[in-house]
Amino acid sequence: MKRQLPFLLVFLFGAFMVFQYYVPHESSEFVYEFLLDWVMIIGIFALALGIWSLYTVSVDKIRHKKENWAYSYVTLIGLFIMVVLGFTYKVGDSWGFYSVFVISLMTLLGFLIQTSVSKDKGLWLGLSGLSLVVALGIAFTDDSWGIAFMTSEGLSNTMFTNFADFVLTPILATMFSLLAFFIASAAYRAFRARNILATLLLIAAIIVMLRFNPYMPFGLPEYMAKTSNWLMNVPNLAAQRAIVIGIGLGIVATSLKVILGIERGYMGKG
Amino acid sequence: MEFTDFLWMTCGIFLTLATFSFLYKDNPFYKFAEHLVVGVSAGFFVIILWHNTLVPNLFQKLEDGDWYMLWLNSSEWWYIIPALLGVLMWTRFSKEYSWVSRWPMGLYIGISTGIAIPLEMANRVNKQLHAMMVEIDWANFFGADGFDLLSTTSGLAQLIIFLGTVAGLIYFFFSKEHKGVFGGVAKFGIWILMIGFGASFGYTVMARVSLFINRMQDTKAWGLEAFNANDIANPNYGSQYQIVFWALTLFVVGYIVKEIMQHLKSKNA
Amino acid sequence: MTEKKNIFDKMMTLDRRWVFLFLIVVCVATYAADFSIPINTEQETESIFNFLDSLPPDDIVLIAIDYDPNNLAELHPMTYAVVEHLWRKKVKVIFTSLSQLGPAMADQAIRDISDSLKIDKTYNYNGVEHNFKGREIVNGVDYTFLGYKPYYALIILGMGQDFRLNFPNDYYGTPLDDLPMMQGVINYDQVACVVDLSGGNITDAWISYGQGRFNFPLMLGLTGVMTAQYYPFLGSGQVSGIMGGLLGAAQYEELADNPGRAKDGMRVQLFAHYVIILFIVLGNIGYFMSRRKNLEGGN
Repeated sequence: MKRQLPFLLVFLFGAFMVFQYYVPHESSEFVYEFLLDWVMIIGIFALALGIWSLYTVSVDKIRHKKENWAYSYVTLIGLFIMVVLGFTYKVGDSWGFYSVFVISLMTLLGFLIQTSVSKDKGLWLGLSGLSLVVALGIAFTDDSWGIAFMTSEGLSNTMFTNFADFVLTPILATMFSLLAFFIASAAYRAFRARNILATLLLIAAIIVMLRFNPYMPFGLPEYMAKTSNWLMNVPNLAAQRAIVIGIGLGIVATSLKVILGIERGYMGKG
Repeated sequence: MEFTDFLWMTCGIFLTLATFSFLYKDNPFYKFAEHLVVGVSAGFFVIILWHNTLVPNLFQKLEDGDWYMLWLNSSEWWYIIPALLGVLMWTRFSKEYSWVSRWPMGLYIGISTGIAIPLEMANRVNKQLHAMMVEIDWANFFGADGFDLLSTTSGLAQLIIFLGTVAGLIYFFFSKEHKGVFGGVAKFGIWILMIGFGASFGYTVMARVSLFINRMQDTKAWGLEAFNANDIANPNYGSQYQIVFWALTLFVVGYIVKEIMQHLKSKNA
Repeated sequence: MTEKKNIFDKMMTLDRRWVFLFLIVVCVATYAADFSIPINTEQETESIFNFLDSLPPDDIVLIAIDYDPNNLAELHPMTYAVVEHLWRKKVKVIFTSLSQLGPAMADQAIRDISDSLKIDKTYNYNGVEHNFKGREIVNGVDYTFLGYKPYYALIILGMGQDFRLNFPNDYYGTPLDDLPMMQGVINYDQVACVVDLSGGNITDAWISYGQGRFNFPLMLGLTGVMTAQYYPFLGSGQVSGIMGGLLGAAQYEELADNPGRAKDGMRVQLFAHYVIILFIVLGNIGYFMSRRKNLEGGN
């Protein structure tokens, strides 16, 4: 049960998918479509695992007051504020007491975490109850916004899209733009023409980098563009083709090993 | 742009600058932004998973069933099966029962490897080998219109592509020692590979720099909005826009001055 | 006793924050100076533009927005240029986004592009003047946004059977059959081509599982980091065109006479490249000088 059944499943479904590709038939097509749909549903639950573990790790950090634990509140508030925004939407022209509702839910979250962490449980539980009452009170009396779980109005909630556009996007984009500076510093410290191979690499890189440079004398810009076009389409193509074929053979070999049960690393220990 | 939208934009700029502050050194603003984005992206993903996958692909399929019948009376009851398999994934959190999660894993791995074998073989290996085996155009060995070493369609280019690919593959073949003729070909392979990596590297530099350019463009757009200098004039424009602009600017400048003072002090001490 | 440091040694031990500062100053200065550099288009981008430009109105193009905010700098300009070009020509678009935060990108792009198409504009490309009358872009008529599903390889295969197999509803929760433009659109057979704008492995799946199995014309918009790796597929005809990085986006903007952020950024790009090349040269001079000194010292 522990090891044989999963291996059997891998073998059966893997063999079926290979078979189905070469011998398509109405009935196998039927099963094939079913599988494509089903596996995706399993995937949803698998991905939810990651979010759950983010939650537990953050709470754990707060509980044990690990390094930078206070920032875990920021993570949790970010997580839950998006969830709240994604399930609510505006009905009227104004948001009414929506912001109070969101804030009281966030304080509820904070108080609940405090309840599980602190020794003085009664106080925090009371405060949690209070913010819950405030949130519920607003939810029931305020008609300017609504809650939707089974329909997706929340995705068009402007608060939700604003968080995506002005919090999520700028931070992620900026974090990766830091790489521009690290590559500059690496250019200064690490890219050395130590031997002929490294020199070849640097020359190819510089030609590619300068190919749209209009400020060069003697018709060099045109020549640079042409050389870079040749570099990309001839030697680069050859090199990358060798890599593509190599990786392709690697994928096929590993897949075969997995299906035949030679490679079972995916099962973990136990 | 409405003032509230402008405030949101300002928030984006603040977070951008907070993240950039890491270039100087790690600091609370950066940590705040870093932790915030982890939470917000996870929260965003929760909502996408819920509205885009769980509801249409599972809940709506089972909606004509009843929960106390475990939805077995719904018209498409078989969607219960992948849902149950999905729930089994959650046994990963248990030490005792984590082996149960191998069943849905086995299903997924079987299917994904099963589709990979024929398709990867056909499209990564066969089609590339096929494209490699073109007949060399000896008649136009140095280009169709006159002598041109940099032509990408000439017979010479075809020959370099063919030899380069073979040599590159030989370089990756480690089962035989790289010696003699075999070693020579492998050496040519690594030369070709290095040119390929160089081209990749040139492009990588370009990619990294453009990420920074985008941040400058956003900041400029914010500044234009603050002073109503856009192509389309803002009918609701007022001095509150400039107040927000100067508040953030002063804050940033003040922070930089504070850091410089601190740095000088620690240097003198 | 510490050895006396010459200028090259000092250069080698310079705090890297000076390097950062120098790059920032050059970038900001070039960005502030308002000039533009000419963009020469290349074959790889032209083939995408020519194919899309030849499509008649009411054809359908599938645009896969498979990137997260980390890569938006390079890929958003491509999305804007390509989609605006298509919508100006009244070509319909199906959007998918199979990366986790992709829906945020697609949603933002759709909102922005719809806004910019409300304005009358005149474009001049291929030597012809095109007068575009501003119009409202309608969900379900001009575009359908399918949204996100996990396990992209399987979804790409699933869409080859029927879009409704994995996407019973669109992103906003409307059943696909209720959308006017999806009437009679079953799978890739009704789609003129697929344009994959991607910052990761999803491109491989589009090549192997999408184009490889269903044989539609596939065009790629890639981040600079990935571009060089996909040339073999261009050579073998599996991919019909590649836009690489911000330069590729700028070339498309140039071709469609629709200058945007990519063209705006190219001057900074150029001067930043100068800086990086300067650093490589300086670093190498320092390296060789200090190596020579060490060799002499060894003797």
